Amino acid sequence: MVSYILRRVLSTLPVMGIVALFVFSLLYIAPGDPAAVIAGDQASPADVERIRQSLGLDRPFLVQFGTWLWHILHGDLGTSIFTNLPVASMIAQRIEPTFSLMAITLVLTILVAVPLGVVAAWKAGSWVDRTIMAFAVFAFSLPVFVVGYVLAYVFALHFDWLPVQGYTPLAAGLWPWLQNLILPALALGSVYIALIARITRASMLEVLQQDYVRTARAKGLGQRNILFVHALKNAAVPIVTVIGIGIALLIGGAVVTESVFAIPGLGRLTIDAILRRDYPVIQGIVLLFSFLYVLVNLMVDVTYTLVDPRIRY
Amino acid sequence: MDRRTVLKGLAGMGSLSVASGLSMPALSQGAAARTLRFVPQANLANFDPIWGTQYVVRNAAALVWDTLYGLDATLQPQRQMVESEEVSDDGLVWTFRLRPGLKFHDGEPVLSKDVVASLMRWSARDPMGLMIKAIQNELTAVDDRTFKWALKVPYPKMLLALGKNSTPCAFIMPERIAQTDPFKQIPEYIGSGPMKFAKGEWVPGAKAVFEKFADYTPRQEKASWLAGGKQMLVDRIEWVVIPDPATAAAALQNGEVDWWESPITDLVPSLKKNSNINVDIADPLGNVGSFRMNHLHPPFSDLKVRRAVLTALSQEDYMRALVGDDTALWKPLPGFFTPDTPLYTEEGGEILKGKRDLAMAKKLLAESGYSGQPVTCVVAQDQPITKAQGDVTADLLKQIGMNVDFVATDWGTVGSRRAQKTPPGQGGWGMFHTWHAGADCINPAAYNAIRANGDKAWFGWPTSATVEKEVLAWFDAKNLDEEKTAVKRLNKAALEDVVYAPTGFFLSYTAWRKSVSGIAKGPLPFFWGVSKTA
Repeated sequence: MVSYILRRVLSTLPVMGIVALFVFSLLYIAPGDPAAVIAGDQASPADVERIRQSLGLDRPFLVQFGTWLWHILHGDLGTSIFTNLPVASMIAQRIEPTFSLMAITLVLTILVAVPLGVVAAWKAGSWVDRTIMAFAVFAFSLPVFVVGYVLAYVFALHFDWLPVQGYTPLAAGLWPWLQNLILPALALGSVYIALIARITRASMLEVLQQDYVRTARAKGLGQRNILFVHALKNAAVPIVTVIGIGIALLIGGAVVTESVFAIPGLGRLTIDAILRRDYPVIQGIVLLFSFLYVLVNLMVDVTYTLVDPRIRY
Repeated sequence: MDRRTVLKGLAGMGSLSVASGLSMPALSQGAAARTLRFVPQANLANFDPIWGTQYVVRNAAALVWDTLYGLDATLQPQRQMVESEEVSDDGLVWTFRLRPGLKFHDGEPVLSKDVVASLMRWSARDPMGLMIKAIQNELTAVDDRTFKWALKVPYPKMLLALGKNSTPCAFIMPERIAQTDPFKQIPEYIGSGPMKFAKGEWVPGAKAVFEKFADYTPRQEKASWLAGGKQMLVDRIEWVVIPDPATAAAALQNGEVDWWESPITDLVPSLKKNSNINVDIADPLGNVGSFRMNHLHPPFSDLKVRRAVLTALSQEDYMRALVGDDTALWKPLPGFFTPDTPLYTEEGGEILKGKRDLAMAKKLLAESGYSGQPVTCVVAQDQPITKAQGDVTADLLKQIGMNVDFVATDWGTVGSRRAQKTPPGQGGWGMFHTWHAGADCINPAAYNAIRANGDKAWFGWPTSATVEKEVLAWFDAKNLDEEKTAVKRLNKAALEDVVYAPTGFFLSYTAWRKSVSGIAKGPLPFFWGVSKTA
């Protein structure tokens, strides 16, 4: 297992290299010019050209890519064209809100979606099942920003229970931290809950048809024991897979959620950087997310061995 | 149901709820009253007001850096850091003396050498600064508080140049910082203004914090825009960047922020209904909507085509697309200069007045020989102002029989594409939309968009000897009457040559909680004189 994990970690290096080349090329050929954005609306074309030169954007592609790669290999993600701050420190500033949001969403999703899916499968065809699935379709169909606005109206504006926007670091206390994340996590998690609940139901339905479940029932095992100990464990592989894939959904959803709730996370940093053509920041974030995605896939693969002893690497 | 509808509906619902108490982390009442939370028009992504000339940078910089002169509400430059000035009889030598006791935020005194270095950096980037630099003999520090600017020819607009609020403003920095290449960012944010920049709390894209500078000595005069005594009545100003307008509206209603600089028009009615919120016009100088045609390539290289477009253009269509049904927010602009300012003129504006003449426009097009070649209309969709104008223009061009190649893109792409001088089919462009702050259009000083000096002109590169002659006549004018005469001729010539197409004059709102007082109308948010109760 250890050698497998090491091999997988090492295999991320070429993947990251390909991602780096791809991202750099994409940004190079994409229209737009950070120098024009920096110079502002009243700047003359000559000013824009001078700024472009000072940023080194007039150099050939290979020179720019080589310089950037060299710095990356030395652990330097570069400096933001706009803020003049190191990309690494900008990411560090933003990582806590995004990871907090993702973590709470993930926990919330698993706590809500898996039991919902299990209950729906158990009560398949009943009104309970139909209600849960109707909720899933509803949650799946609503855009995150609509859910966000509705939650903000009800819980922030109407009841005044929670803030509309912003983020408070965990260091300031658990409740202030949670206060700012509950609504965004609910908004972001709604689609994710629907997805996991449906997958859990489908997977559980298949498992509940198996002979060993009938045997368990015949032996007089309790329903809870059958559902959550025997059936769920065997239904877990596709659920874990979808949870892993869902991390990508969360990253994408975080961009919208962070904008709606004004959370200063990586999602908003990504959007701002793209709109301004802040190339070093975009490249740094994409590299980070790529690495995270590879890491999540590795974790999912390792988790398979925990839920299914037949899987060995 | 689209996103905008959802925004309006929810903001409307929000206005009915009563904001009671804060949901933000608790601050003591005193601390809350001393902290003003402000939602700026845009993200403060960089903080060098010479290197980056965005208005949001200028607005933040006005807190941190002071200027030698400041424009007041009557549009006159008044002394700010300067105690006195003297100009030689021949108008060639300006000698300035600084106020005593000026200090930078690092505790160092403001000296003439700092001013000289700052003006050298500024004059490398600013249009008026460049003009002065071109006629400069020398700029030197005479002693710690006196500096001298010697010129080869007189420059009557010197004080306006040093005090204007159009970007980049002549902000004064310590010499070591001001010696930074004007095309590179400064490494420190040390000024001598009324607030210090808390760099450690800066999260670009989210938050910027300014703290009161205890050693700032305001002038004794009453504050008026960038002039007068900049008395800070709060200890801390937090700029909270909220990119989503509906969220910003909700945060204001909920008491999580105190002042929202630029609420979008759609949300204003719901804010007005909230008894805890004041809404008013932000800046009486407003904005001038515009689109520019590329004078270098067909079809707009032909004056008849440009005049055909202007003949058919309905400013009301543009303004209603921008501000909706609120007629208090716009007025027609048959010219280029800001209404209700001393140099405003409608000279030559007949082409933009009265019933729009589509038949005449089509006739002019036919006379030009236009035969249906595509017009590359580049429109930024991420800017509501450009998007709305672009939609109206596309319809206008179709109505007069032009073949529109509508390129829907983002502002970043427009920014780079408009700099391309190649023909539209080879990566260039035919027209793009933008707008100008009315404060920049009160005179030709910082009005790049009206210049018509060909290759050196703003994007579109118009050429008109008459326009340029009258711009220079304004710079040389010795009194208001001479200025008015020059600007009348300039307005007429610019309309005759269609330097660009003005689409109308429009205003915007600002909104703040009633616990805040002292907000002044003006071209930028002025924080001095603003106080807050808990």
